[in-house]
Amino acid sequence: MIEVKSLSKKYGSYLAVDDVSFSIKKGEVVGFLGPNGAGKSTIMNIITGYLSFTKGDVSVDGIDIIDNPEAAKKRIGYLPEIPPLYTDMKVKEYLYFVYDLKKVKFPKSAHIDEIMRLVKIDNVANRLIKNLSKGYRQRVGFAGALVGNPDVLILDEPTVGLDPKQIIEIRNLISRLGKNHTIILSSHILSEIQAVCKRVIIINKGQIIADDTPDNLAEKLSYDNTLSAKIVCDEDDMIKTLSSVEGVKNVVSTGLKDSNAFEFNITPEKDTDIRAAVFNKVKESGKTMLSFSSNAISLEQIFLRLTEATDNNEARRMLGLDFEENTETESELQNNTESEENGNDSDI
Amino acid sequence: MTAIFKREFKAYFRTPIGYIVLAAYFLFLGIYFSLIYSYGSPDLSSLLLAMSVVVTFTVPVLTMRLMSEDRRQKTDQVLLTSPVKLQGIVLGKFFAAFCVYAIGFAPTVVFEIIVSRYVAVNIFSYIYSLCGMLLLGAALISIGMLISSLTESPVISAILTLVVNILVLYMSSFSSMVKISWISAVISKAAFISAVESFGENILSIPDIIYFLSITAAFLFLCVRSLERRRWA
Repeated sequence: MIEVKSLSKKYGSYLAVDDVSFSIKKGEVVGFLGPNGAGKSTIMNIITGYLSFTKGDVSVDGIDIIDNPEAAKKRIGYLPEIPPLYTDMKVKEYLYFVYDLKKVKFPKSAHIDEIMRLVKIDNVANRLIKNLSKGYRQRVGFAGALVGNPDVLILDEPTVGLDPKQIIEIRNLISRLGKNHTIILSSHILSEIQAVCKRVIIINKGQIIADDTPDNLAEKLSYDNTLSAKIVCDEDDMIKTLSSVEGVKNVVSTGLKDSNAFEFNITPEKDTDIRAAVFNKVKESGKTMLSFSSNAISLEQIFLRLTEATDNNEARRMLGLDFEENTETESELQNNTESEENGNDSDI
Repeated sequence: MTAIFKREFKAYFRTPIGYIVLAAYFLFLGIYFSLIYSYGSPDLSSLLLAMSVVVTFTVPVLTMRLMSEDRRQKTDQVLLTSPVKLQGIVLGKFFAAFCVYAIGFAPTVVFEIIVSRYVAVNIFSYIYSLCGMLLLGAALISIGMLISSLTESPVISAILTLVVNILVLYMSSFSSMVKISWISAVISKAAFISAVESFGENILSIPDIIYFLSITAAFLFLCVRSLERRRWA
């Protein structure tokens, strides 16, 4: 549905988007994740035809955005970061304007009424947009994107500035729309992407550094998917006891945590579930276990880890992806990694 | 284009701008009319010509937020991501401003009817002068739109447009200051006021029509380019 091929965008000499390629199939709900200034909004602005680009190809439903912008734009509903609202208009009046602007063919008042009900703004239909709260404005912008029922929805941080109840409502709405729309969503709220999207594209410094399902990303980065246990015991004895459990690769004590309990980080061998075995072993030894938890990595941690990497190649390496680079940068990179590790040690 | 035209036209009357501009036109037309009426002159073309001063000061108000506001409020995103051509956006906005401007001259139709009841008038003289004023308005609005598209601030846009308006209308006054004779001749011919005056002389001057229309077209084109350029920046 959306095809982006080696897309680059320069602002003057600043490379905002650097050779980005991805393709989104019909009906997919894809999340764009990245720190501020990563190029998410720029990519969205390019796909919607608001900005042009320096190099590459962008097509929507097989229609090139440069060759036939009108036809391509007809298929897209866009909610930019700041909803583009004429604040001197009333809500309904604005939506009628968008309807005319997009040259929609559905029965006008029925179509707009339906959209207003869907995003729950029918109660403010006759109020001036300038008198509405941020949450309502956001929803009016969302309604504008839905006018004409376009196949593709591009939503740039759709829940920013909403209260928790509204966030859940919008999130549910996106999930519902995801059943028969292709959606690209960018967000800083990572749990949102985890909840709504089946695929995540992580963007950093204008490049794609990861493109996968949230679960797969977690798995790829979970090399320290350790268990953490707090046990009232003797430190050295317990390390021995735990190490003897089948499937345990490594046991490290992080010291006395509560007044009398030590905390242990237990690393399992790959693809082994050692939770039951560890629990039973501790029980057999007659010691008391105060807590037992998995350090499963969240999308938030993936995001931080990838975007804080010294550069994008390092981030790709974390994911075990292939990357091309000359030996010089590789050795440089290793130095960076080493120094970072040293830094971490001193922190501890 | 019609959607944008309708929105912009209504926007003039949602804010005080439309009312203020029309009030200024009606007020000065009324004053001038009562003056020429008291002098017993049946010719409305001098009245229309006198309006060019009011036009100089009101067109910047009409055009100041036409393009700049979209950029400031980010509403250009809804326009530029809709299936509308840039030309459509610019023309829609242009005709909205032009219609408000044209409505400003509506009372002169009534004046002409009143005058024609008492004396035999040359209706063409009035029509030509009105054409001159409308063409002048079109040219000034297109210039104002280009200036508005170059800035995000309506105030800067208004001030710049006012300065440019005074310059293009009355540059013939400065022509004597230029010593080189052909440049001085060009300046006095190119001044908009000379073209407007020629419409008042009871002739439909084709070169002046072409002059104003080509100025309008050129600046509207530049305005489209200015929108386009921002997308490529």
